Amino acid sequence: MSRFADIFATARREHRAALIPYLTVGDPSLAASLEIALALAEAGADILELGVPFSDPVADGPVIQAASQRALAQGVRLADALELARQVRQRSPVGLLLFSYYNPILQYGLERFARDAVAAGCDGVLAVDLIPEEAGAYRAAAEAAGLDTVFLAAPTSPDERLAAIGAASRGFVYTVSRLGVTGARATVAPGAKELVERLRRQTRLPIALGFGISQPVQARAVAAFADGVVVGTALVEAIARAPEAGAAAAGAAFLRGLRAACEMG
Amino acid sequence: MSPASTRPGRFGPYGGRYVPETLVHPLEELAAAYREAKADPSFGIELEKLLRDYAGRPTPLTFAPRLSAALGGRKVYLKREDLLHTGAHKINNCLGQVLLAQRMGKRRIIAETGAGQHGVATATVCARFGLECVVYMGAEDMERQALNVARMRLLGAEVRAVASGSRTLKDAINEAMRDWVAHCGDTHYLLGSVLGADPYPTMVRDFHACIGREARAQYLQAEGRLPEALIACVGGGSNAMGLFYAFLPDKQVKLIGVEAGGKGNELGLHAARFAPGGGGSPGVLQGTFSYVLQDAAGQIALTHSISAGLDYPSIGPEHAQLHDEGRAEYVAASDAEALAACQTLARLEGIIPALESAHAVAEACRRVPRMAADAGVIINISGRGDKDMGILARELKLADGDRG
Repeated sequence: MSRFADIFATARREHRAALIPYLTVGDPSLAASLEIALALAEAGADILELGVPFSDPVADGPVIQAASQRALAQGVRLADALELARQVRQRSPVGLLLFSYYNPILQYGLERFARDAVAAGCDGVLAVDLIPEEAGAYRAAAEAAGLDTVFLAAPTSPDERLAAIGAASRGFVYTVSRLGVTGARATVAPGAKELVERLRRQTRLPIALGFGISQPVQARAVAAFADGVVVGTALVEAIARAPEAGAAAAGAAFLRGLRAACEMG
Repeated sequence: MSPASTRPGRFGPYGGRYVPETLVHPLEELAAAYREAKADPSFGIELEKLLRDYAGRPTPLTFAPRLSAALGGRKVYLKREDLLHTGAHKINNCLGQVLLAQRMGKRRIIAETGAGQHGVATATVCARFGLECVVYMGAEDMERQALNVARMRLLGAEVRAVASGSRTLKDAINEAMRDWVAHCGDTHYLLGSVLGADPYPTMVRDFHACIGREARAQYLQAEGRLPEALIACVGGGSNAMGLFYAFLPDKQVKLIGVEAGGKGNELGLHAARFAPGGGGSPGVLQGTFSYVLQDAAGQIALTHSISAGLDYPSIGPEHAQLHDEGRAEYVAASDAEALAACQTLARLEGIIPALESAHAVAEACRRVPRMAADAGVIINISGRGDKDMGILARELKLADGDRG
């Protein structure tokens, strides 16, 4: 059984949703990212999304765009994200999902990427701008190396696409709660629950929900119908607000508030 | 290295759909609407009428006698897209897409623009059809194309400055895509070049293919044969694809695309995706797999061109295929060569080309004198130079104080 399957099974046994925080690798620095990642794992993260900075993040709102720019300005690239994963894996059993745009992976080389990611201790990869129909070679490379491929499902996806997304995904499926880019919102989109229910009819994989979740009250609402709760922008913001030396502690404090909310009670 | 795919919307290995999942359904809706429109004769009739009565098609194919003489007597013809309403070829595509948006019931139109020509054409058709219009434009481009910003606002469009990244066309497309992801239910993204995810590269080419169909018939009528070569500038590549497409089966006609050579061959100083040693290689950007200026780790490079419309790190996927197959040849013209060519055409023919189109003129000035004595070429004058007068006045020292 893959680590992702274990993680979701454990969370289910404990009557809670898995907590999946996102961090941009290299923001504010690579050294700080390692501390932040370990502190998040310690604070109750089940899976860490390691965001690979990209020059043209079309799916991201201003907060993650800015974090990517700060990381890129320091020269942080995909290879550095793999190295960070290796260092986290040496010290923690937390799930590791690389979260990237497709071009850095394509330029790294699909097979080399999958091999190196697994060797570094990554469990899976999500390429934001890669849909199953374009992912033949990518999926083959990942499967051969034993790397889970997570695909996005969206409110606009008709049922037949949800079926294809479920079939192409390994580990879990990541559903986008609303139309739009990443960014904190005040409420959970009303269609999110219906989307998760539609997707459940097409796949038996665990379903995580992200985009817009920033507060414990939202996490609690999502944990009632999804298997995993992704929090990105609000966490990146909390980390950015703190001085670099306090970034890990700030991230961990933010996450602990969400972790309690993920208990389904 | 080319991603394996058997999906439609491929040009050899290039093209495809590399978008977040949210956009797949809107793209499929658009592709279906386009298929239906193509099969519906009333769509073609309405578009043709608008192109004729509103935009001013067909555009002339103008013989350039003094430029021809200056280039050794070979015959040089100019395809006059600069004479279209709004001053560039861009309106061909805007009229086609706005009719599609109407068929789809979308009342809000968004667009990106570099030089402002596509933004002006989009604002124009939105005014004509009474649609809400938002144009994203890089903050740097807004400075260098201030006249077009004012034109868009006069036409009732909202121009949103994009201050992220390189603050040029690439970043304007990023921001338009973000808007579309959030509003795809009621919004049509009127993409302005043969770029982006399927069906855009095919659809935009088709809407511009009238350029080549007209030019081919006009040249045959004037000369009784086909030209030796076609020369067009290539940013995203819409005016070039529009001119080339009708000539693709005419293997004896050379197709020449001219990229922005900027200030030099080093990555960051130019926008020549195909230039050997220039840093361009196949990659995925903004929905499509094509040649991209990038670093070894797949981060997109900054670009430079004096012409905002060519200042873009990728190129339409069909050009990538024509390049690899050798059907078209791609060269670069520098900022300085484009400026000189602009002056040449103005003084010899009384035609001020856009700085984009001046890149094509520059290549003609280099190449035509080496061609056979009886050779003939068509240069696509994709737009007029009025929008560039600020840059031209500064660079060519045309202001009173410069004349001493």
